[in-house]
Amino acid sequence: MHLQLSREINSVRSVKESEDTQQQIIRETFHLVSKRDENVCNFLEGGLLIGGSDNKLIYRHYATLYFVFCVDSSESELGILDLIQVFVETLDKCFENVCELDLIFHVDKVHNILAEMVMGGMVLETNMNEIVTQIDAQNKLEKSEAGLAGAPARAVSAVKNMNLPEIPRNINIGDISIKVPNLPTFK
Amino acid sequence: MALKMVKGSIDRMFDKNLQDLVRGIRNHKEDEAKYISQCIDEIKQELKQDNIAVKANAVCKLTYLQMLGYDISWAAFNIIEVMSASKFTFKRIGYLAASQCFHEGTDVIMLTTNQIRKDLSSPNQYDTGVALTGLSCFVTPDLARDLANDIMTLMSHTKPYIRKKAVLIMYKVFLKYPESLRPAFPRLKEKLEDPDPGVQSAAVNVICELARRNPKNYLSLAPLFFKLMTSSTNNWVLIKIIKLFGALTPLEPRLGKKLIEPLTNLIHSTSAMSLLYECVNTVICVFFFSQLCVQKLRILIEDSDQNLKYLGLLAMSKILKTHPKSVQSHKDLILQCLDDKDESIRLRALDLLYGMVSKKNLMEIVKKLMIHVDKAEGTTYRDELLTKIIDICSQSNYQYITNFEWYISILVELTRLEGTRHGCERIILSKSMCRSAVIDVLFSNQTLEAMLRPKVTTLPGHIQAVYVQNMVKLYASILQQKEQAGEKEAAQEITQLMIERLPQFVQSADLEVQERASCILQLIKYIQKLQAKEVPVAEEVIALFAGELNPVAPKAQKKVPVPEGLDLDAWINEPPSDSESEDEKPKTIFHEEEQRHSRHRQPEIDEEELARRREARKQEQANNPFYIKSSPSPQKRYQDTPGVEHIPVVQIDLSVPLKVPGMPMSDQYVKLEEERRHKQKLEKDKKKKKQKKEKRGKHHRHNSLHTESEEDIAPAHHVDIITEEMPENALPSDEDDKDPNDPYKALDIDLDKPLADSEKLPVQRHRNVETLKSPDSEVPLVEKKSKKPKKKEKKHKDKERDKGKKKEKEKKVVEEEEDEVKKKSSKHKKKKHKKEKEEKSKDKKKSKKKSHPSEEEPPESVQNGTLEDEPLPVSSCSKPLRFSQGNLQHDSQVTVSVIFENKSTSFLKSMELNVLDSLNTKMLRPEGSSVHDGIPVPFQLPPGISNEAQFVFTLQSIVMAQKLKGTLSFIVKDDEGSTHEKLDFKLHFSCASYLITTPCYSDAFAKLLESGDLHMSSIKVDGISISFQHLLAKICFHHHFSVVERVDSCASMYSRSIQGHHVCLLVKKGENSVSIDGKCNDSTLLSNLLDEMKETLSKC
Repeated sequence: MHLQLSREINSVRSVKESEDTQQQIIRETFHLVSKRDENVCNFLEGGLLIGGSDNKLIYRHYATLYFVFCVDSSESELGILDLIQVFVETLDKCFENVCELDLIFHVDKVHNILAEMVMGGMVLETNMNEIVTQIDAQNKLEKSEAGLAGAPARAVSAVKNMNLPEIPRNINIGDISIKVPNLPTFK
Repeated sequence: MALKMVKGSIDRMFDKNLQDLVRGIRNHKEDEAKYISQCIDEIKQELKQDNIAVKANAVCKLTYLQMLGYDISWAAFNIIEVMSASKFTFKRIGYLAASQCFHEGTDVIMLTTNQIRKDLSSPNQYDTGVALTGLSCFVTPDLARDLANDIMTLMSHTKPYIRKKAVLIMYKVFLKYPESLRPAFPRLKEKLEDPDPGVQSAAVNVICELARRNPKNYLSLAPLFFKLMTSSTNNWVLIKIIKLFGALTPLEPRLGKKLIEPLTNLIHSTSAMSLLYECVNTVICVFFFSQLCVQKLRILIEDSDQNLKYLGLLAMSKILKTHPKSVQSHKDLILQCLDDKDESIRLRALDLLYGMVSKKNLMEIVKKLMIHVDKAEGTTYRDELLTKIIDICSQSNYQYITNFEWYISILVELTRLEGTRHGCERIILSKSMCRSAVIDVLFSNQTLEAMLRPKVTTLPGHIQAVYVQNMVKLYASILQQKEQAGEKEAAQEITQLMIERLPQFVQSADLEVQERASCILQLIKYIQKLQAKEVPVAEEVIALFAGELNPVAPKAQKKVPVPEGLDLDAWINEPPSDSESEDEKPKTIFHEEEQRHSRHRQPEIDEEELARRREARKQEQANNPFYIKSSPSPQKRYQDTPGVEHIPVVQIDLSVPLKVPGMPMSDQYVKLEEERRHKQKLEKDKKKKKQKKEKRGKHHRHNSLHTESEEDIAPAHHVDIITEEMPENALPSDEDDKDPNDPYKALDIDLDKPLADSEKLPVQRHRNVETLKSPDSEVPLVEKKSKKPKKKEKKHKDKERDKGKKKEKEKKVVEEEEDEVKKKSSKHKKKKHKKEKEEKSKDKKKSKKKSHPSEEEPPESVQNGTLEDEPLPVSSCSKPLRFSQGNLQHDSQVTVSVIFENKSTSFLKSMELNVLDSLNTKMLRPEGSSVHDGIPVPFQLPPGISNEAQFVFTLQSIVMAQKLKGTLSFIVKDDEGSTHEKLDFKLHFSCASYLITTPCYSDAFAKLLESGDLHMSSIKVDGISISFQHLLAKICFHHHFSVVERVDSCASMYSRSIQGHHVCLLVKKGENSVSIDGKCNDSTLLSNLLDEMKETLSKC
């Protein structure tokens, strides 16, 4: 969940921070978000750390994961909640039943998916089908580039991943699929 | 070959990839740092390898480490290498890393300009997409300026995927390079009506973001947005538009009426809560206001969904600004929200409280807040509470405070709370004390002692400064008390205390504190002296604080006009060497005073003596360059101090003795106040005298002149907080409130004015020509090469091809010039239409001309590529890539820009361009199409219109000039129907067009010549009459060389081919002749180049 936080904040903020500040923001955000109860609102005013009163944190909580967006007042609060939903559903489609481990081991892919939705801190696309189409096309292109040379690498990584079932031992959280609640979707 | 690749990848697959790294980190929980530093070492090794796949893998891992908080800026150059890889897979990794770690301070970022430009014009839409995404994260003013035009061109790309990204990134470009806004705006506006919903949404997004900052410039778009609002079904777009109207309506009230209907429709029809909320929000806040809406909000707030509750409160706070009364009726609900378990909701409720207080309920509300302060856990929330309490109480000059004693007790309680914002809170407290001198009297000895504790010195300087000032005030009032009570001993004790403790402030590192403290220390020492002589000093000391001292306005200093003839930087006096003398003086006073600690009075030290000493001190200060003079007001006040009798000393009824260190006492005040009000009410009921109720008279220590009636209870001491001191002849200016650093201010640009020529986006130009300023280059060279083939073709053609020309993808600048050679075919046409295809040759380009473009010039000039050398080391991967561009060493591509101009009166459509590939040069066709398939031209041409299309060619060898035959087929549509037509043409690729103008330093040039692996050849051309300067300019311009060095009539020149051949020239001018010696890696290329040059020069 750490990873997720970092990316969200990084991409939505337009101002780049040094790594230290970035880590501090992530830690504090995580601290703020994680101690919140289940039945409270999904908005948080983070204060100075996230750039003043115009900005707020909007998050959603899925099982063990928090998806946090930091937005300014030009965004609709409920709209962003829907956007997070779209993001999670897109992840679910792209990873075929996404679980936490997918996100941990394939951060780069998560980044790429997010890049199709949010660009330079601005919402680019909200239509899930469009996002999935573009991601699929890029994956196809990647595969075709790997071609002959890619085959052995894929084989090796398949072998490496055979050990994967052992991994959950190391995570106290376990491998929980993200349940996608049935909320009114955003077109 | 293939086997080698497989072998290579087998070696590679045992490298650690991202998944292995993640797994490794998870398995090394205990020694994570050590493990990661090991990994970083490995990565450094991998980055040193030539294989781009290995590098990409390393960069991918670095991106992950960056996310964990490791600094990876050292690898910036490697990231650029990976970005410039030809494969999309690697490119994406590179750009991701760049978007994560590049920022304005990254120095290598300027090296990316060419790479990004190349990717932006890549035939593969995902290359372009990934470049745009990356760029959006690290765009700098330089990048924005250089790439604005490329991005603007992409806004009209055929693929919606690219269009939407290009549109969105324009906002970032505007922010970094505001000059681009006006030229790009028409196209942006066009995109509001793009057929693709994604592009439309992006355009709305950008314009809303712009309009949010400077709404007035976008009023003219209101009708367009209105149309969008009624037609769009995209909720995102609708929300943005509604928010935009929220910003526009205050500027144009007529909009409001028009909007009511569509908004109401939306409210009734939409099922999306987000849209509904935004509609309601906009309606209530901007257009009209009704109690009904507030009721609706109340329903929201009472909702069990916490999100809605939050949003309801948020909307309520917007109403508060305009209609505070109607919010006040919901006090119960809001107070209830204060008890909510959710901090966000409590914070919102707090905001609302601010507008709800009145004289009647202030105490009650604050009491409630105080309870919350005790309970609050988070420091943020507690700080917020503290600030809010003080804000609430102090708003509008403390107008709601009826009982200052109560307020002081609240402040005192707050002071005792530990908190991170302790200091901040204190300053507010201190401020409030400054304001109402009255209050000070309430403080007792203990407060003073508390203030003098050394702990205070840990506070920030600006707070200490206020602190010191307040101490004296306190001291003065205590002194007065004591003197009036006749307790001389006690008064002296206090003075002694001050003298003992003040030196800790004198030592402060903060100048302000130091200054104030030493002034005060001297003053107090003097007082002590007087006290020793039993002169009553209290009233005089009090007099120091008599006048109203308003805060100095923050801009006051700036506004003081500098008098004529005053040089602010000049020394007032020579830097003095006698700085010690000033230290001594006070010392002597001190000693004297110690010695004279006797009891005899010395009445002769009076006003006169005082004045004399002040004068002396002023003199001293004036002579001391280290002394920062205070603003004139305090000094003036000092001198004009009216007689003691005239000092209005406000007396206060101290009904409750104030004990600072005691238990919270504000409650007592509340009770008292209630009691008092109750009494008042009773008395009123009895219709007694409405004034002068002496209900608490028994508590008065002194005669109270101060009584309060229920409704207009005047605060004891009116202080005007709003007034700020300004220098007398302050220059009026209204720019004050604008922050010059505000990035959005720069975007406050009038968009309706027509574009001026000077505002066109900068287009990369041929630098050498420009620097040489060759007047000659203005003369358009009529192309010779192309004329001959033309004649051949013309025999049977109605149309003719004008000229073939190519532009190198990577480097070349092609611009449309007014004087560009447009060959109009004047041949007789059998058919009605003729079509002219023009290809501009960069050879003919005049950069010079560009500064005065003619009016008819189409605003968008075609541009791509730069002249700068490829700054990136290119990987030595030896595999030729079929669909790559930019691998300079092994395979090359050139992009040919073709301008199609319809000179007929018919409509042309379905144009397809095809060329007959040679072994060496092939047109790049979409995957899967055969060599016989043409490439469709992505537009149609109405009569009289011209447009440009680009085609990419791959080349094997560039040592020879190439000619390609091609055909353009198209359908001519006129009134009589459609006919299919063909037009043949030839494309001529000259050798010079493979050259990239590359700057070269003379030392590098010398090394190159010495290296000995270059072939040599030379030519001589006679009959040259133009000046050497013009000659060089011609070579630079037409053959893409740059001048390395020039000595008299001799110059060395350099250029590089797209495949990396170095070409060095030594040009010597004799009388009427020029000789050129050339050196190049490839002798064929060199001789061909020289031949071309000869041809050019012979025409001079």
